[in-house]
Amino acid sequence: MKMCFFHLMPYGYLPEDFSNQYHSVWVDAPNHLFDPKKGTQLYNDYLDELEFAEEMGFDGLCVNEHHYNAYGLMPSPNLMASAMTRRTSKAAIIVLGNSLALYNPPVRVAEEFAMLDVLSGGRFVAGFPLGTSQDTVFGYGEVPVTLREKYNEAHDLVIKAWTEREPFAFNGKYTQLRYVNIWPRPYQEPHPPVWVPGSGSLETWDWTIEHDYVYCYLSYSGYKVGKTVLDGFWEEVDRQGKEFNPYHAGFLQLVAVSETDSQVDEYKDYIEYFFKKCLHVPGGFANAPGYRTLRSINSGVSTQIVESRREQATDFNWMDYVKAGNVIVGSPESVREELAQAIRELRVGNLMLLLHFGDMPKDITLKNTELFAKEVMPYVRDIWSEYETRWWPKTMMDA
Amino acid sequence: MTMPPETLNIDMQNGMFRAEVLRAGQGAPLVYLHGAAGHKGWAPFLDRLAEQFTVYAPYIPGYSNSTGLEYLEDVLDLTLYHLELMDALGLESAHLAGHFLGGMIAAEMAALSPGYVDRLVLVAPAGLWRDDAPVADFLAMNSAELQECLWAGGSGGSDATAEDIAAAERAMELLSPERVQDLTAAGKFLWPIPDRGLKRRAYRIKAPSLVLWGQEDRLVPPVYADDFARLIPGSRVEVFPNAGHLVMLEQSDTLAGTIAEFLKG
Repeated sequence: MKMCFFHLMPYGYLPEDFSNQYHSVWVDAPNHLFDPKKGTQLYNDYLDELEFAEEMGFDGLCVNEHHYNAYGLMPSPNLMASAMTRRTSKAAIIVLGNSLALYNPPVRVAEEFAMLDVLSGGRFVAGFPLGTSQDTVFGYGEVPVTLREKYNEAHDLVIKAWTEREPFAFNGKYTQLRYVNIWPRPYQEPHPPVWVPGSGSLETWDWTIEHDYVYCYLSYSGYKVGKTVLDGFWEEVDRQGKEFNPYHAGFLQLVAVSETDSQVDEYKDYIEYFFKKCLHVPGGFANAPGYRTLRSINSGVSTQIVESRREQATDFNWMDYVKAGNVIVGSPESVREELAQAIRELRVGNLMLLLHFGDMPKDITLKNTELFAKEVMPYVRDIWSEYETRWWPKTMMDA
Repeated sequence: MTMPPETLNIDMQNGMFRAEVLRAGQGAPLVYLHGAAGHKGWAPFLDRLAEQFTVYAPYIPGYSNSTGLEYLEDVLDLTLYHLELMDALGLESAHLAGHFLGGMIAAEMAALSPGYVDRLVLVAPAGLWRDDAPVADFLAMNSAELQECLWAGGSGGSDATAEDIAAAERAMELLSPERVQDLTAAGKFLWPIPDRGLKRRAYRIKAPSLVLWGQEDRLVPPVYADDFARLIPGSRVEVFPNAGHLVMLEQSDTLAGTIAEFLKG
């Protein structure tokens, strides 16, 4: 198993009645709610938590990109990754990622990711999400129906910029450049491993498998809903005649570990803050018409995700989220068992652990991280030991 | 008695596009281009107009069985496509009417190729932007929010049938194929800001033009009528009280009567 510590960097000071008073946590939550002084403290706490995770033995540290979002304060995860390269030396730096269609020209992503790869000495993993409807369509004004085509073209340009050793011209539909010639080029040959976060679109499965990238299902719906998505992905891998390898996929799971099962209500508030406030997003923002194809909608996977969110948003309390598998909580023994079952059911080799969520304070986060690393991680580490990953920085595997 | 319209399927550019066009009536040709949300296809107000005109109501590519949206990259492509469609229908010139997205297309056609347009009717057209009266964000709306935008607040005087309203509601279920299909094309040409430069070209419109608006339109506020009137030389504005964005469904007889009278000159 590759165990990665994932941070969303949420704003932890939304008002008590936020979800009644405001339309959404994302896209149109007014930024007068953000206190920059609190923000300074949060950013530094969050970086401390990521660095602590390396110390505790996590294989990778993950950050991601969101725009106009009170639960994800990283419009540029590259800046956070950059800060992490200086204070870490062993963990992979995983940016999940940059939404390629939003960068003009997209060589900017090739350049910044190459910088991170060089700066970290080849510890870098490049994430290329299509980007959510909220971030791309509503945040950055992209036209939904052409987003994927623009993304695909930007991807081809970035890969070519990473691998060509002479300047070249690029005549695309969305980007035209007389010269492409990035300095620096990536540390890793031919380029950093690529991971693709997705949300159940058939097009992302096809594309990820075709390019032999890692497919990551980064949802907060937990492993029970996640199984539908991962099952679909594995069926597609099989259908395309590719050999099964658990490291071909990744999954994000919220986990909260207490010393004993009876202590888990210490996480109650953070769980409710996360699901009630952080995920307070009207369906319209998540589903711009044209963002998902009719083919994907008709497959039922996206519909199921939307339905599960709607159901949960209404009257769930924190224990309901636990029962639904959104969060795995308990003593180390309980968490080991449930997590191992989830890993086997989903057949994933890359696990992204969200151990900080909502307004969890630093001391609780560090405790959760330490308990997980010492009391849970060793028991699930070897689940896929008969497989090898080809999606991890080679520099680190040689070391 | 009105006859149901016949359906024409027109192949263009060796099969790149297939246009589904509804046609009914007799008299001078009138091309009606539908809007993005809440109405497409045929409706009673078109029956009324078909009593005096030969009404052609094409589905815009991406709607119903009209194909080729993926080949239309921008508003210029979209405009040329519709001029090409008039050629394919054998129409050297015609009256043009359009609602919302269709209104924007009609105005662009009249600006680009004035010779194709005898008279122009724009009903709550898209195509302009005001910071002080933003066009509502129809891409993000759920069913209830869209209903609020589409219809006038009061029920008095509305000719809209329960079916019209149910269809508009159904189309707004977030992942319903109807909503996705209807708004995908609209998103391509109206998102994020439905200003694609018409204001720079509108001066070229030569056709006598009538701009119609529902006083209660909350999708595109009626204040835009003044902007269209200012930009289109010699145009005239008429605002309908107690009508919303779907004025042609809400007050079909009055609207059809006004349009017919104007087209007769």
